[in-house]
Amino acid sequence: MLFTELLKMAGLSLVANKLRTILTMLGIIIGVSAVIALVSVGMGVRKNVTDSISRLGSNLLMVMSGSSNRGGVRGGAGSVQTLTYDDAKAIKSKIKDVAYVSPTAQGSYQVVYGHENWSTTVTGVIPEYAAIQSLTMQSGIFFSEHDVDVRSRVAVIGTTVATNLFGSVNPVGKKIRVGNAPYTVIGLIASKGQSSVGQDQDDVVLIPLTTAQERLMGITYVRSINVQVADADKMDEVQANIEKLLRQRHRIRAGADDDFNVRNLTSLMETMNETTTMITLLLGSIAGISLIVGGIGIMNIMMVSVTERTREIGIRKAIGATYNSIMMQFLIESTMISILGGIIGIFLGIGLAQAISKFGNFTTVISGESIIASFGFSLFVGVFFGMLPARKAAKLDPIDALRYE
Amino acid sequence: MSNVVTITGVKKLYKMGSEIVAALNGVDLKIDSGEFVALMGPSGSGKSTLMNILGCLDRPTEGSYKLLDKEVSRLSDDELAGIRNKTIGFCYQNFNLLSKLTSLENVELPAIYAGFNKTERRKMAMAALEKVSLADRAEHLPSELSGGQRQRVAIARAIAMKPAIILADEPTGNLDTKSTVEILQIFRDLHAGGSTIILVTHEPDVAQSADRQILVKDGKITKDIITASTDERIDII
Ligand SMILES: Nc1ncnc2c1ncn2[C@@H]1O[C@H](COP(=O)(O)OP(=O)(O)O)[C@@H](O)[C@H]1O
Ligand SMILES: [Mg+2]
Repeated sequence: MLFTELLKMAGLSLVANKLRTILTMLGIIIGVSAVIALVSVGMGVRKNVTDSISRLGSNLLMVMSGSSNRGGVRGGAGSVQTLTYDDAKAIKSKIKDVAYVSPTAQGSYQVVYGHENWSTTVTGVIPEYAAIQSLTMQSGIFFSEHDVDVRSRVAVIGTTVATNLFGSVNPVGKKIRVGNAPYTVIGLIASKGQSSVGQDQDDVVLIPLTTAQERLMGITYVRSINVQVADADKMDEVQANIEKLLRQRHRIRAGADDDFNVRNLTSLMETMNETTTMITLLLGSIAGISLIVGGIGIMNIMMVSVTERTREIGIRKAIGATYNSIMMQFLIESTMISILGGIIGIFLGIGLAQAISKFGNFTTVISGESIIASFGFSLFVGVFFGMLPARKAAKLDPIDALRYE
Repeated sequence: MSNVVTITGVKKLYKMGSEIVAALNGVDLKIDSGEFVALMGPSGSGKSTLMNILGCLDRPTEGSYKLLDKEVSRLSDDELAGIRNKTIGFCYQNFNLLSKLTSLENVELPAIYAGFNKTERRKMAMAALEKVSLADRAEHLPSELSGGQRQRVAIARAIAMKPAIILADEPTGNLDTKSTVEILQIFRDLHAGGSTIILVTHEPDVAQSADRQILVKDGKITKDIITASTDERIDII
């Protein structure tokens, strides 16, 4: 009964001093919206990283040329070109629990059709690549093992390349020129759209690996070998086996460094997740500090308000208000400010996050946790920082308070 | 008649630096139910201090105060708040109304703290406003009322809970002659209705409305006379 009346009193006082109420709220509004917006940015980074790794496929081991950088300064991965297609074949045939092996060679080339030309990445792959990447064909077919064996001049292209070279004409069966040699387009890959990092996944030309190595690029090595492991639990075992096999094949003496390195994308993803979560937490806590500042703002204004309303407090006490009822009245006021500020902050924060993703072209992920946490924290801040002014009000001596001018 | 107020040997001491000031220096006082008492005395004599103790806003440093046969001089702040709420009605020289609340809401306040529900409160407050003939100003803010009307609202608030005593500290101090007469008439009417009233004033004319006049000087009661049946009066120089 008394509580609802105290609620009403606090509400009326907030309405009666609208401008002051809004100014007091400002700190909380900014704090809550900053937490939500910044955490959404952090979560967006995390999503980008996760997506771009998982897009490569699950249970993936990536074998790259060059030593890993343990043991001091070494050439970066890929600087020594030692991996070959035969290595890939050996991995596939000799190691258990390997689902797919996909070696690739890659280069940037001008692709020409008639008067149209287009600069893009040409990747030499084998048919298993299509399986790992779960490519589906919009029209035509993917090239076969046979095409790889005989180094056919055939190409499978993405929709971006198709649109730029052929417009709306179906490219299947047409001949394009890559590095001055003609290739027959035998397939058009269904659009995968933009990746989360803004990379156009349809801007690709795929040709048989052997064709790329020997007829286009004139190389004997491959850029990388992606290995998909059949079972997530076998990742470490397969990784060890690949390392052993490649050391044998590359005739690396015991004690010498590998001239390749194998990366476990799942564990890489876990590390990245940890890092981005840390970044997100950091961003959130920095914004959280502004909530504390907002709370101090509430405390300041409430202190002033208590002093201003000393006489009112004296009157209320004279006619029978207890310590608790005065305390509650002021505590409810500061709590209402933080609740209201929190709610406005939530909407503002969501709006900000959406604006960042829309105008900043940056993925943001609004998380329920950040909304609940920032709102809860603002509520706590309102109660905590309201305590001191409320106690000051409740402790006032009624005689002094009544005498106050 | 039964005693409403029984004060014995009450002292109120204040420490001013190294000196001790006795605002009240041994006061004995009994007030019966239904009495109308004027508390008089020069400025600084201790009237307000005595009123604050009578009104349970303050505790005596020494001595005993029995209100309705209950010792209240050693109660906690919240217990005193409860007594002020139910047993005592205050009127002040400067009215002490909450400026953002209407007359009715001001008069309702004590009942809010007593925990009455809305309908009960409204009834009590309207009845009190009717007693001071201000029912038609129930929805007005204090700023929309004259001084006399504001003091009537304050009186309505004081009587809304049907308290055992009504304490008025210089209630006519800020009012013109016409309003003063009105307010004093209201106190007379309340007294006729059985209320116990203690009124502080330094104006002999105002004190004339009461039936008993008490003179306070230097923290002591120096004169205590029943004036209802005599022509005697206390003049303050
Ligand atoms: N809080 C206080 N601290 C110190 N001295 C006080 C205090 N309150 C009152 N006094 C002193 O007590 C005396 C009586 O004061 P008061 O009761 O207000 O007188 P009156 O109301 O009769 O004018 C005065 O001398 C005053 O200075
Ligand atoms: Mg005084």
